[in-house]
Amino acid sequence: MRGKAYISYARGDAERQARPAKAAAVPPPATQPEPPKPVFSHIGKATPRVDGREIVTGRAKFTHDIKLQGMLIGKILRSPHAAAEVVAIDLAPALAVPGVRAALKLAEGKVRYAGQQVAAVAAVDERTAEKALGLVKVQYRTLPFVVDWERARDAAAPQVRDGRPNLDKLNDYNRGDVEKGFAEAEVVFEGTYRTAFEVHHPAETHGSIAAWEGDHLVVYDSTQAVHGVRDGLARALKVPAANVTVIKNYMGGGFGSKLSVGDYTVVAANLARETGRPVKVLLSRRDNAVCVGYRPSSNQTYRIGAKKDGTLTALRMTNIACGGIAAGDDCSEPVVDVYKCPHCKVDEQTVYTNVGAQRARRAPGHTPGAFALEGAMDELAAALDMDPLELRRKNYSTRNQGDTGLPYSSKGLDKCYDLGAKAIGWERRNRRPGEGKAEGPVRRGLGMATSIWSGAGVPGTLADIVLYPDMSVEVICGTQDIGCGTRTHMAVVAAETLGLEPKEITVKLGNSDYPWAPISGGSLTAPSVAPAVRDAALKAVERLKAVAAARLKVDPADVVMAERKFASKSDPGKAVAFAEVYRDLRRETPFHGERGGMPGDQYAFNTFGAHFAEVEVDTETGRVRVLKYVAAQDSGRIVSKLTAESQVVGGVTQGLSNGLFEERVMDDATGTVVNPNLRDYKIATSLDIPEITVLFADVDDPRINNLGVKGLGEPAHVPSSGAIANAVYNAIGVHVREIPMTPKRVLEALKRKEAGS
Amino acid sequence: MEKKLNTPRPGGVSRRDFMKGIGSGALGTAVLAPLRGQTIATKKGRVPVYDRKTIALTVNGQKLSLDVEASETLLDALRDKLDLTGAKKVCDRGECGGCTVLLDGVPVYACMTLAVRADGKAVKTVEGLAESGRLTPVQEAFIEKDGYQCGYCTPGFIMTTTALLEKNPSPSLDEIKRALSGNLCRCGNYAKIYQAVDAAAKKTKGA
Repeated sequence: MRGKAYISYARGDAERQARPAKAAAVPPPATQPEPPKPVFSHIGKATPRVDGREIVTGRAKFTHDIKLQGMLIGKILRSPHAAAEVVAIDLAPALAVPGVRAALKLAEGKVRYAGQQVAAVAAVDERTAEKALGLVKVQYRTLPFVVDWERARDAAAPQVRDGRPNLDKLNDYNRGDVEKGFAEAEVVFEGTYRTAFEVHHPAETHGSIAAWEGDHLVVYDSTQAVHGVRDGLARALKVPAANVTVIKNYMGGGFGSKLSVGDYTVVAANLARETGRPVKVLLSRRDNAVCVGYRPSSNQTYRIGAKKDGTLTALRMTNIACGGIAAGDDCSEPVVDVYKCPHCKVDEQTVYTNVGAQRARRAPGHTPGAFALEGAMDELAAALDMDPLELRRKNYSTRNQGDTGLPYSSKGLDKCYDLGAKAIGWERRNRRPGEGKAEGPVRRGLGMATSIWSGAGVPGTLADIVLYPDMSVEVICGTQDIGCGTRTHMAVVAAETLGLEPKEITVKLGNSDYPWAPISGGSLTAPSVAPAVRDAALKAVERLKAVAAARLKVDPADVVMAERKFASKSDPGKAVAFAEVYRDLRRETPFHGERGGMPGDQYAFNTFGAHFAEVEVDTETGRVRVLKYVAAQDSGRIVSKLTAESQVVGGVTQGLSNGLFEERVMDDATGTVVNPNLRDYKIATSLDIPEITVLFADVDDPRINNLGVKGLGEPAHVPSSGAIANAVYNAIGVHVREIPMTPKRVLEALKRKEAGS
Repeated sequence: MEKKLNTPRPGGVSRRDFMKGIGSGALGTAVLAPLRGQTIATKKGRVPVYDRKTIALTVNGQKLSLDVEASETLLDALRDKLDLTGAKKVCDRGECGGCTVLLDGVPVYACMTLAVRADGKAVKTVEGLAESGRLTPVQEAFIEKDGYQCGYCTPGFIMTTTALLEKNPSPSLDEIKRALSGNLCRCGNYAKIYQAVDAAAKKTKGA
């Protein structure tokens, strides 16, 4: 089954579409007795990565490292203007340079942002390509542009899209009657929260190598989606998908910016077709800041009504998002889903600017949504004079609050609250924000925030297990390991099921010729791939048992597997070693596994988490330091403890980085990015990192898939900047309400507090 | 609304603090070509202007001679001419440490070091650490502690750590953080990397 049709990452909720739109009438299923917890040898243990040796020796070949025989270097010329009419492109001077093999015109009509591709060349080496690119003559007629989203809203602002206003509807949602809810409220809080444009900046910049072998196109691509890139290339080049193979062995990060086919990949394929030679196109660090996406900004206003005891009566959210020439992100899922509240209304708008299109960034919509909603909840808690954690527990929901009203298949958020509060020492917080003891100009505070995310995985994901008579075992899946440890997960699940060691399993992935798997995004990979591998491995065990039964002359149902032997349950004296049973297979034998469906008409499937931060704020300099951090996650069963911890540590660190440092800055006068490098665009370094404690709630979910595995990558990131912002609030008694919380913004917030506004 | 960035780095140490040996990269081939055959005054007297040079160096213990352009970086020479792709080009301007290699034992950013500066020197890259297939304690510790995610920045971190432990066999957590502050990990696994460095120090002492 080719399941790509129902993957819609932009909503961050692929499996949601498998749920019926209206199923609220379905009665909650009777509680079934939970099966006893299985005992595993490898699943959930600290298995070192199976590809660790390749990585630490530098032998792991990333896309940038691949060199093919006769390979040319392709380079792309980009528009220096934020809006212009391309009048003419003259490639002749470039083509005249010795060593240049091909040149392409890429722009026709208007360019709408600085950095949009205009022309490309392929040459024998990088210098020749660069030199030739400088000789391409482009005649532009510049047009008025707007890059500031606030200015773009003016009716008089230059129109980004022809004949359509810059301000457009993005999303709305309504349940109950929010006005009635506010009439019932005893306390009403209102506040506006802002989040910045955050650039992904993966360590490995985007890039592809394309080579035609007759009619067949082979592409090495730094991608999170080998199947998606294959299909996108087939469409762009008008060739059958069956004639395209996309390979990604190792990839240096993507964080959502490498989920579909890139313009540069199509350019590489076209230049390769034109020249008859492999062509490598790598983007520069600067390109990464201008033309391959970023997290859209948001400007979210929350109005929340509550009873004096903290019971929520009304949630009202409006947002103006900006994603350049693309729509911004819907940030409403946290406010719609996290807390029990009968009345909720959302209106979101997006504003278009002459800036490159946004792309999904780790937990699109949710991370800014959680920062803002959780900030508002903390400010409401202060207005109610209530413990912020108590306020959250008071409005805890065991059912989906949004479209379906269904109960969650499992929800360990309460457990995350308990674990996290204990580990951080929640009782140490300032009882009221800003009430702490002062040590000179330094104030300390504690804060927390909640996450909800989908992350149930995609039914229809395929994986194969191949058993060989020499007892080697292959596990094959067209998924990607983007650094989350997918190779290791696959080996762990296969080894666990087959009674082997992870290092005995040969893992093959990252190739679109392998069985279908979804994008490595949306926290989909583990809950899609692990169950498919499990399914294939269970089928393999069944066959091995049948082969062993024939040898032992017993019924297959009587055969048990233990200690690298198959033995008769009824007559334990009868046993045969693994090696002999595998030999009896006589040839390599494949087993096809598939990730099964979920009872989406009965349950909502989600992941949860609660993060806790302790910070110190210097009220003279405005500098924030995170001192201690606790992340408690409910992501169901953890497949591999080491890699799971790393993923959480990474999610927290990126959240800290977003919360304190990261912001892309545009220049209004030229329409270009002011900080397109890693010096001026600040990301967290080793000096910024606190002690991070990672905790797993370890909640069983027998309904979600055959292993109870849920996604982790995004849930580990969602509440991070929110928890830090709330800790800053607890420290200084005023919420900064805008990330990144630069010293300037912290000082401005303190000034507002002094002025009493 | 976008505002000008105003974010001093907590800790106050710039990523470039540990950088050594930046070559005079401004004189590129294009500038030099017309000067070919002439001489230029230096502290050591007049020397001929060159746009290419054959350099003699040791790379991972192997003596080589290499024809390089005057403006070619050590990183490009290693990656393109010697197929040593462990050192990565991440920022290409000395901001991230992804290209860190050891030049006579000192960690340098290979993207900011001209290949000609390696003339007569010994270069060690991540590929040269494991002798006859035996991982070093640093490499072992990165695997055991999962001190990486995507692995792209890992060779740089491993080279910096190797140099650190050579100089300071028992670094404190603060010393580890400071030593690694010239290497960026975008996956954000610093907390695990400290553990790996600490474990590597203990292993090295125990070895």
